[in-house]
Amino acid sequence: MSDLALDLLFILVKLGLIFFVLLTGAAYLVLAERKILARMQLRHGPNRVGPFGLMQPLADLIKLLTKEDFIPPASDRFIFFIAPGLAAVTALLTFAVVPFAPDLELFGRTVPMVVSDLNIGVLYFLGLSSLGVYGVALGGWASNSKYALLGGIRGLSQLISYELAMGLSVVPVVLAAKSFSLTDIVEAQAGMPFALTNPLAFLIFMISVAAESKRIPFDIPEAENELVAGFHTEYSGMRFGLFFVGEYINMIILGAMTAVLFLGGWHGPFLPPFLWFCLKVGAVAFFFIWMRGTLPRLRYDQLMHFGWKLLIPLALLNVLVTGAVHLWLGGTA
Amino acid sequence: MRFWRDVRGTVEPFWVTLRNLLRRPVTIQYPEEKRPPAPRYRARILLTRDPGGKERCVACYLCSAACPVDCISMQSSEGEGGRRYAAWFRINFSRCIFCGLCAEACPTKAIQMSPDYEICSDEPLKLVWEKEDLLIPGGGKDPDYDFYAHAGVGVDGPRGSHADEMAPTDFRSNLP
Repeated sequence: MSDLALDLLFILVKLGLIFFVLLTGAAYLVLAERKILARMQLRHGPNRVGPFGLMQPLADLIKLLTKEDFIPPASDRFIFFIAPGLAAVTALLTFAVVPFAPDLELFGRTVPMVVSDLNIGVLYFLGLSSLGVYGVALGGWASNSKYALLGGIRGLSQLISYELAMGLSVVPVVLAAKSFSLTDIVEAQAGMPFALTNPLAFLIFMISVAAESKRIPFDIPEAENELVAGFHTEYSGMRFGLFFVGEYINMIILGAMTAVLFLGGWHGPFLPPFLWFCLKVGAVAFFFIWMRGTLPRLRYDQLMHFGWKLLIPLALLNVLVTGAVHLWLGGTA
Repeated sequence: MRFWRDVRGTVEPFWVTLRNLLRRPVTIQYPEEKRPPAPRYRARILLTRDPGGKERCVACYLCSAACPVDCISMQSSEGEGGRRYAAWFRINFSRCIFCGLCAEACPTKAIQMSPDYEICSDEPLKLVWEKEDLLIPGGGKDPDYDFYAHAGVGVDGPRGSHADEMAPTDFRSNLP
């Protein structure tokens, strides 16, 4: 077999595996969330389908697929159709740049354990995370319902208040790793994860990421008790399911990005690298679920104040200080 | 300071939820785990029998009159010796609200409430119980009670032969 064909084969296998792992991971994250939230509220959570309720994601899938796919007559049909796809696909695409293990030796050749090691991986992630909000905004707009529209608008306003802070909190990481490539960033954390060397950036990133995932303290675009279901009020069946799956894939992706940027990626003692990576992603996902079980929803203006007046100045200051420290220490930057 | 109060108010709840995550759930898993009902729990209605094993019900219609949702219906009849009984007796449990007024109204302690609350069905007609379904072999909460032994009606034996009963007075002899 020629080299090119082998390369293509490897990429296809990696893609297939990542798709499979991500989708089942997202499905079981839903179950994990329901279980953990239930236990926090002294309930059992789903435990009827299969042992310990482990077949629940399958039952949910069957339910979503067999439900009526209702399209509001007044909706903008084309945009209404593509919006859920946008939400799910942007979430899936982000994983292309996430390195989940060190290079592997297979059949005498090195196979990088990442679909594509872009030299601008960080920017790719930031770009796709902003594109993801198009699913929310367009879905809210195309539904032609006031709740959905309000949800979409809130999604956009939320985006502009956390996105800058998120971008700025990644800058110190890039400064320290001297690269935009996520693989290089992980390699730079072989000794010490950036969460320890720059805890402020980590904190800002975690808050922004929580806002990016549109989950409870920042689930302003959905806000069940204000906007029915926010941007996906008019969606039903598998279209709603795509939004839903997109949210949970996003949670895994953001967990993976946090692991890669701040928690040292696959680096860790004793355990194999891939397991370390999964553990870190799981820990971040658990933190998101924990946060959902703990904090009440912010008001929409509170998030904007918080983002613009606190997070962004802090992140800017952090960039300045980190840059100064790097200049003072190394002088090579 | 306000800022530190806010930080504390954000961080402390995490500890609360984590603590509760490790506690046992309080849910009772119903079909597998059943909570024993209270001793005087009012649920499915029964028809009981007297110590002799005969039906206690005398078809007096008091229960059906007392029923606020009109779920009890019957047809009275009279057997040999003047003993009254219900030719048919029917309770529509899809209407019954388990209020217990029928059991309170019953003069013969025939109709009683039992703690058996698992009588649901997906078919309303299955919830219409006939006399054969309602009758139980025993005497329920008061097994020794026998209405006809006290009633002063000459059904079990001639009048005046029951416990705590004087012989009937010949009213003609009472005339002045």
